[in-house]
Amino acid sequence: MIRFEKRLKPSRATTILTPFVAVLLTMIAGGIMFAALGKDPVEAIRIIFWDPLFDSNFADYSRPQLLVKAGPLILIAIGLSVGFRAGIWNIGAEGQYIMGAIFGAAAALAVYPAESALIFPAMVVAGALGGWLWAMIPAILRVKFRTNEILVSLMLVYVAESILASVAQGVLKNPDGYGFPGSRNLQQYPSAFNEEVFANSGMHWGVITAFIAVIFTYIMMTRHIRGFEVRLMGEAPKAAQFAGVSTTRLVVFCLGFAGAMAGLAGMFEVSGPAGQITIDFNTGYGFTAIIVAFLGRLNPIGILLAGLLMALTYIGGELAQLMLGLPGASIQLFQGMLLLFLLATDIFTNYRLRFGGAH
Amino acid sequence: MKLKSIFASTVAAVALSSAAMAADVKVGFVYVGPVGDGGWTYEHEQGRLAVEKHFGDRVETIFQESVPEGADSERVMTQMALQGADLIFTTSFGYMDPTINVAKKFPKVKFEHATGYKRADNVSTYSARFYEGRAVQGHIAGKMTKTNKIGYIGSFPIPEVIRGINSAYVHAKKANPNVEFNIVWAYTWFDPAKEADAAKALIEQGADVILQHTDSTAPQAAAQEAGNVITFGQASDMADYGPMPRVSSIIDNWAPYYIARTQAVLDGTWTSTDTWDGIGPGMVGIGEISSAVPADVKAEAEALRDALASGEYHAFTGPINKQDGSAWLAEGETADDGTLAGMSFYVEGLTGSIPQ
Repeated sequence: MIRFEKRLKPSRATTILTPFVAVLLTMIAGGIMFAALGKDPVEAIRIIFWDPLFDSNFADYSRPQLLVKAGPLILIAIGLSVGFRAGIWNIGAEGQYIMGAIFGAAAALAVYPAESALIFPAMVVAGALGGWLWAMIPAILRVKFRTNEILVSLMLVYVAESILASVAQGVLKNPDGYGFPGSRNLQQYPSAFNEEVFANSGMHWGVITAFIAVIFTYIMMTRHIRGFEVRLMGEAPKAAQFAGVSTTRLVVFCLGFAGAMAGLAGMFEVSGPAGQITIDFNTGYGFTAIIVAFLGRLNPIGILLAGLLMALTYIGGELAQLMLGLPGASIQLFQGMLLLFLLATDIFTNYRLRFGGAH
Repeated sequence: MKLKSIFASTVAAVALSSAAMAADVKVGFVYVGPVGDGGWTYEHEQGRLAVEKHFGDRVETIFQESVPEGADSERVMTQMALQGADLIFTTSFGYMDPTINVAKKFPKVKFEHATGYKRADNVSTYSARFYEGRAVQGHIAGKMTKTNKIGYIGSFPIPEVIRGINSAYVHAKKANPNVEFNIVWAYTWFDPAKEADAAKALIEQGADVILQHTDSTAPQAAAQEAGNVITFGQASDMADYGPMPRVSSIIDNWAPYYIARTQAVLDGTWTSTDTWDGIGPGMVGIGEISSAVPADVKAEAEALRDALASGEYHAFTGPINKQDGSAWLAEGETADDGTLAGMSFYVEGLTGSIPQ
């Protein structure tokens, strides 16, 4: 008989090992799927994981793109991870991301076409503020009326999408756009353009901010009293109360931090890679970041790596579609497998496998 | 000897495979939806397959489906260009700025952007006069409705969609002065769940004709379930839902254009152009009008189609006023392409306002 036995303490070795096992299992199961679709599985896996990094034809372009894609994922996931550690579930990062983008773009478009070195910093502040404000709604509702922040933050995503559609066709619409929806392109507005810091590196300010956020959060969680409170609240809420940790303050802090990070991600995206506010500006970074946060074990360094891995599967997946003619859905399935195997192998972190009868 | 023959056969095999691989021109397609959407993307995919069939080994095609508009599409186009594509069709309005950006980086690659208005030396635009098809639809809808309520599922309030609503309304009203249009905005091109919800809401409010400017067959399914509601295939024929609820359709036929443009690249005669074709040149097709439509209505609809095709009749012929009552087209005057391209107003009689 085989059974699971709960570990007294989560195993450190398996915590680190299971993501790698999950990736390996995904490669095997994905390979079988690609083979069933009539494609060479080894080639498909190579294109997804190897070619974006090392292929002589694509790598020069796709390596920087990896950072462009991973930047917002890491930034949002870092923000979410702090709340998740404390048991505060912000599912609405997508909405906060949208609001950050709207606030950031609006700050720039309000003064268009003035040029000033102050415009970009003002946009950064506005973007963070937009996301923070949007996250304050579920925070205040929770601390004042005990509403469930999962539902409120999620529903606010749809409200944010409606606001996005409205401003793209209304106040932020490009006056020179022949009546089509969508704002001016910020890439053509030098003071507002979130340009790459080093040419062709993919390193725009959002990526740099994501790296800073990783370091900042790592220090906060391991060295600062606020990080201790967050962990205590998540692992032993009763003890946290006895220790005098204010739930109200923590809820406001965690949601606000996540909102500000998501808002920044949205602002850096709209002023850089995306360039403009459009009706469907958001493409799901806020939801994918939840996966990234858990894939990275809610650990800042883990999230950094998980974000890069996720970006790799996106870019490699696109390449595989192009080069092998794989259907788009198979790539989504492949990504889904990764999450599934991660959750499935997760059980070994908290449980150990026992062979034979009960002791 | 043995080694030599292995070597010789390897060389032969390599030569053979590279000969088979070496198409003269590589054509890429970027799709906004899945190729199986049964509507917009499906028809572009049919165009791609027609290119493959027409040119055989001389042309190789590649495509990518479900590409989000914005930064992701820019990467997909770049990867296609890096992979050696000579001609790239970007088949959604939202690909406009990304297409221009990538075209700047690859001046030797030709780009064709559907439904946009930004061109460059290596960027053409192309679109179809779907509003001509909407006129035929509007006529059938006006004749067929018993409740006098026509539901319209809009995608995004952009000129393309507003033009369709206006054209359908003008012709429905001509056929039946009592018609009312109820317009719902879905804010998506393809989302079966949202489209089904919109269709159900419109049917509950009494509409017995559903027109759609979204790409899935979900509204058709909702109408079938409700019974006694008619619909029209959008972008694709959607013949599976005939003869009821689907009574006709607007079919996008991109194949002739895609073949012509690929030929131009092969011949080295490709230049940047702006193409806007309708029923006449065959870019817009009217699907078979089903047996659910009375013979006289069918004959009128076909006559309207033929008049539009020959250019004898323009879908926007005055007198037509704007919604606020101000004059737009005088008696006998026809709309110019500039106004149509940027159309952002409803015609007189439509209720509600265009979302801002």
